[in-house]
Amino acid sequence: MRRTGLSHILLILAAAIVCVPVIWIVAAGFRTQISLMMGQVWFSPVLGNFAEVLFSSTSDFLENYRNSLVVGVASTALCLVVATLAAWSLYRMRWPRWVVHGFLGWALVFHMIPPIALAGAWYTLARSVGLGNTLLSLVLAHAVLNLPMSIWLMGVFVRDVPLELEEAARLDGASTPVLLRRIVLPLVAPGLAAAAVLSFVFSWNEFAVALNLTVKATATVPVAIAKFAQDYEIRYTEMAASAALSILPALVLLLIAQRFIVRGLTQGAIK
Amino acid sequence: MSARLGDDRVWRWVTLSPALLAMLALSVLPLANLFATSFLHVTWAQGHAVRSLVGVANYAALPADPLFRAGLVNTVVFAVAAVGAEMVLGFFLAVLCGRVGRGRIAYRTIFILPILVPGIVIGAIWKLMYNYDFGLINQIVGLAGVMPQDWLGSPETALLSVIVVDIWHWTPFCFLLCLAGLESLPQDVYEAARIDGASFRQELRYVTLPLMWPTLTVTLAFRLMVAFKVFDEVYLLTGGGPGTSTEVLSFTIFRRFFIEDRAGYGAAMSVAVIFLVCGLLVVALANRRRVVTTV
Repeated sequence: MRRTGLSHILLILAAAIVCVPVIWIVAAGFRTQISLMMGQVWFSPVLGNFAEVLFSSTSDFLENYRNSLVVGVASTALCLVVATLAAWSLYRMRWPRWVVHGFLGWALVFHMIPPIALAGAWYTLARSVGLGNTLLSLVLAHAVLNLPMSIWLMGVFVRDVPLELEEAARLDGASTPVLLRRIVLPLVAPGLAAAAVLSFVFSWNEFAVALNLTVKATATVPVAIAKFAQDYEIRYTEMAASAALSILPALVLLLIAQRFIVRGLTQGAIK
Repeated sequence: MSARLGDDRVWRWVTLSPALLAMLALSVLPLANLFATSFLHVTWAQGHAVRSLVGVANYAALPADPLFRAGLVNTVVFAVAAVGAEMVLGFFLAVLCGRVGRGRIAYRTIFILPILVPGIVIGAIWKLMYNYDFGLINQIVGLAGVMPQDWLGSPETALLSVIVVDIWHWTPFCFLLCLAGLESLPQDVYEAARIDGASFRQELRYVTLPLMWPTLTVTLAFRLMVAFKVFDEVYLLTGGGPGTSTEVLSFTIFRRFFIEDRAGYGAAMSVAVIFLVCGLLVVALANRRRVVTTV
């Protein structure tokens, strides 16, 4: 066996570089503004910033949090239904090749366009159909932003469903909805989990579109945090506290759904 | 049988049409709208948009726009420098991680964290880290006797500082893809190399790198795509400044379109950037026929 001591040292160093900024910002959330400004290394933790961010009457953070959750869950659900049906249709319904390639090609082009370039048009569109500044407009925008990724990912899993199984079900007289629900859905469930986790995280993190499609009442967490940083007098410790609160969902998902995150991020690349 | 074929023909439309409609309504239509707007001059009078046709004047004004030029140059510098560093670091961390048996999952768990943190929060974290008076970076370089620097505020270091943040943010992604690629490599090739007495360095050069090439190109293509869209971190860290030293394309579009409310000109800029990005895509596809990425 080769010696792995040096590898461990380098990896621990890299892990420290990853962790320190996150730990430092969480710690800053427990400091008083003065303690942070003085650059004290040791400090006695206070909960004031979290209380201020969560419960003060001037703070909308709980509302922002709720908005982010609603948009994340709704856009993920919508995106997954549409993407799974589309992936199955494209790979299993004998579309002409140009349809399949045209659709996937367009999805790739769409995925490459900076979302900010579309935000203006989406805003105009939302206003013209009476959805201006609503959460629904952001749900639709996020669902469609995550659609290309979800279709590719679900495509990988749909192609792994054995054709013989689908044919056997057909011979037994299964209609398309039954086939989808009883055969395809259970087999692509791991893919659905991966796509769900990723599309929720991306919706939760998305800023450029959320900034332009929301107003105060519909703002999501990243929009709220950006506001903190732009105040005339930056309230650093409160910004740190809200940043710490905003990475909670990511931490939870990292601990309970890491398998799906890894699979979702790597599936397409090494296939 | 014919009844089932007819059934299929209905169902294939039913299953594809939601995605088709979503794409048409929310990507094709807005893009067509954007394209049409790019030939207009839009002003606002008493709450109504006043549009006048100006032909290609918006496009003609682009090359002379100092912000657009700075944005273009900075985006290319940013993408090449950040993604280059991320690929190298990510690959070597993955190779290191592949060598250790125990603790691999623990390292992976830690390294995934930055991928999941919102870009705007990463901006907030590093805005504090870089703070002149109390930021951790200045405290650390202070230990080495270096004078505190205004990392984000001076034109010499601002872009570099943003690149460092991006490296922190996305190296873990490159690491993850490389690690998955490494784990999927056939082991017998390594055994053969070892029997032939290959050193670690030779093994890396003649076995790992060639076998990893497809994974590396896909990772590179994907990272470049995302790097060209960079917005959140720049928005929070520097707002494109000081001067134009961290102006990137997404931010220039945002500035022209939303802050200055120049819809026609902003649209022309968006269309130009989209064509640029499509050009990149064509180059990428020419080099590798099947660019399959998730995310």
